[in-house]
Amino acid sequence: MQVTLKVMRHDPAKNAKPGWQTYSVEAEPMDRVLDLLHKVKWYQDSSLAFRRSCGHGICGSDAMVINGVNQLACKALVKNLGMLIQVEPLHGLPVEKDLIVNMEGFFAAYRSVKPYLINEEQPPERERLQSPEDRAVFDTSTKCILCAACTTSCPVFWVNGSYIGPAAIVQAHRFIFDSRDKGLRERMQALNASTGLWRCRTAYNCTEACPRGIPVTKAIEEVKRAMIYDRF
Amino acid sequence: MAIRARRYADAKAQASSNTELLWWVFMRVSGLVMVFLVLGHIYMNFVLIDVSTINYTYVAERLSNTTWKIYDWLILVLAMLHGMNGLRYVMDDWIRNPARRFATKAVVYSLAVLVVIVGSFSLFNHDFSKDLKQAAQTQGSVKP
Repeated sequence: MQVTLKVMRHDPAKNAKPGWQTYSVEAEPMDRVLDLLHKVKWYQDSSLAFRRSCGHGICGSDAMVINGVNQLACKALVKNLGMLIQVEPLHGLPVEKDLIVNMEGFFAAYRSVKPYLINEEQPPERERLQSPEDRAVFDTSTKCILCAACTTSCPVFWVNGSYIGPAAIVQAHRFIFDSRDKGLRERMQALNASTGLWRCRTAYNCTEACPRGIPVTKAIEEVKRAMIYDRF
Repeated sequence: MAIRARRYADAKAQASSNTELLWWVFMRVSGLVMVFLVLGHIYMNFVLIDVSTINYTYVAERLSNTTWKIYDWLILVLAMLHGMNGLRYVMDDWIRNPARRFATKAVVYSLAVLVVIVGSFSLFNHDFSKDLKQAAQTQGSVKP
């Protein structure tokens, strides 16, 4: 079948304003949007720019706005999207070209929560052990692939790009709720800032956007609770 | 973390403090407290007395009591703090130009302070019991 693919194209070096470009692509119902983008780039218009690495929903490179919803192009199937498919770059991050956005601010927020194990205690002879129950507490947060679908779906992030964003808070959750980690206070510095965790207005957009099914808003609320319990 | 901020706004963003945490807790607590305070207020002014027959004497009688003065003042202060902090969230989210944000906040906060001052003065700087005595006297003198 023929599918109409509308892509929001923008080359800041050539045009000041972005604009839609329409392609007609031959597609199977089980094709992914990534396949359509490949068909355009390989056979119709090689100037189309987009990111992708693994193509199997693991690397998090190809998050984009598909039919108005933040999704991974490699997981969005044509049969679920209809005959007219609109593809835009993620909102809230500066566009470099076409579907490629500048992720620098996103990763700066990620780094600010210190996404690594912090424990100054002498490690035991072999390794720091953890029970399956303790591991289960933060299991969903480990599934994050840093695709930025959640952060760029957040209305607070749209209007004020300095907000730390749900993805960084999920990463903080992954370590704060790790029984081996002792870095809550260090992470609180970034989370407690005026641009931090307390900017969350529980819009739940992030939970809907996450392609990995992480209950993002729940994780954010759990981090809020952990910080309040630490304080009082 | 080394200080790398070049502007006041950046320094503030990097500074470590619990202010935002405390405001977040305050919003929850004050919201809950106000529900009961306002329910009590509604009970006193709409249930105990018909709102169409309410008059100055009824209010002055209540406000000549220090407890009810503090009760009303709590509603005033909590509502203003709760509301203004909510407005601060909105202004921080939506006004992106720092100069315009500063100006808007200056106006809004000044008005809020003015409302609290006027409200506090009318509650505490006025002798309601004197009014009541005068009212009673004039009523008494009119009566034969």
